[in-house]
Amino acid sequence: MSETKKFMYLNRRAPYGTIYALEGLEVVLIGAAFEQDVSMAFMDDGVFQLTKGQDTSDSDMKNFSPTYNALGDYEVNKIYVEQESMDDRGLTLDDLQHLVWEDEDEDYAKKPSIRVVSRQVMADLLEEQDVILNY
Amino acid sequence: MKFSIQVNEGPYTHQASDTAYNFTRAALEGGHEIYRVFFYHDGVNNGTRMTTPPQDDRNIVNRWSELSKEYDLDLVLCVAAAQRRGIVDEDEAKRHGKSGDNVAEGFRISGLGQLIDAGINSDRLISFGD
Repeated sequence: MSETKKFMYLNRRAPYGTIYALEGLEVVLIGAAFEQDVSMAFMDDGVFQLTKGQDTSDSDMKNFSPTYNALGDYEVNKIYVEQESMDDRGLTLDDLQHLVWEDEDEDYAKKPSIRVVSRQVMADLLEEQDVILNY
Repeated sequence: MKFSIQVNEGPYTHQASDTAYNFTRAALEGGHEIYRVFFYHDGVNNGTRMTTPPQDDRNIVNRWSELSKEYDLDLVLCVAAAQRRGIVDEDEAKRHGKSGDNVAEGFRISGLGQLIDAGINSDRLISFGD
């Protein structure tokens, strides 16, 4: 293992209804130990994964949304959300959890992890990756 | 080229495992290397030896086992995904007090790190599923 690869975890499905989002997040947490250049991307119904105020008590599904808050501690701090996917679903940045990471080079200043990007920029980001894991 | 394969869907319901198998076989016959085949989500159901399809249909599980034997393929079932879905090897069965194990020949159970490792050490990681 000589060089660092660019890994992107691409999330395109709603958080509940199927297990893909939950098991996809488990890969990100395990993968963090490998010290690669990691980013996450959310598009299509995947943008719902990051919404705040999720309540699963009526469906008896496990509400795993608090786990996204831990991503900063795992040094997963490039989280791209596609603007068009949010627009199509009537979501704005205010509807999403405020995810932050601590920048050790700037006295652990808390910085936002989520970057809203256009579909064109998202396409460019996908093009740059070595490995894309799609859940 | 050195490939790794990820299979994200179970057998029969979905064609993902068939297509992954055909790709893997073609790559090996074409002289390429398969570093690892990693089974995730319902894909872990490709690794239970209890699978008993009708005799006039393909046996997807046995097909993987035979390919593994022929080419010394590394077939890995994700442990967390496997536990959720009742796929256990001898050690896991003992640890969790289960009365039997069901992992098919040629498969092994291991962690998600094996998937990341496959991404790092292969030229291409190819996923089969939705």
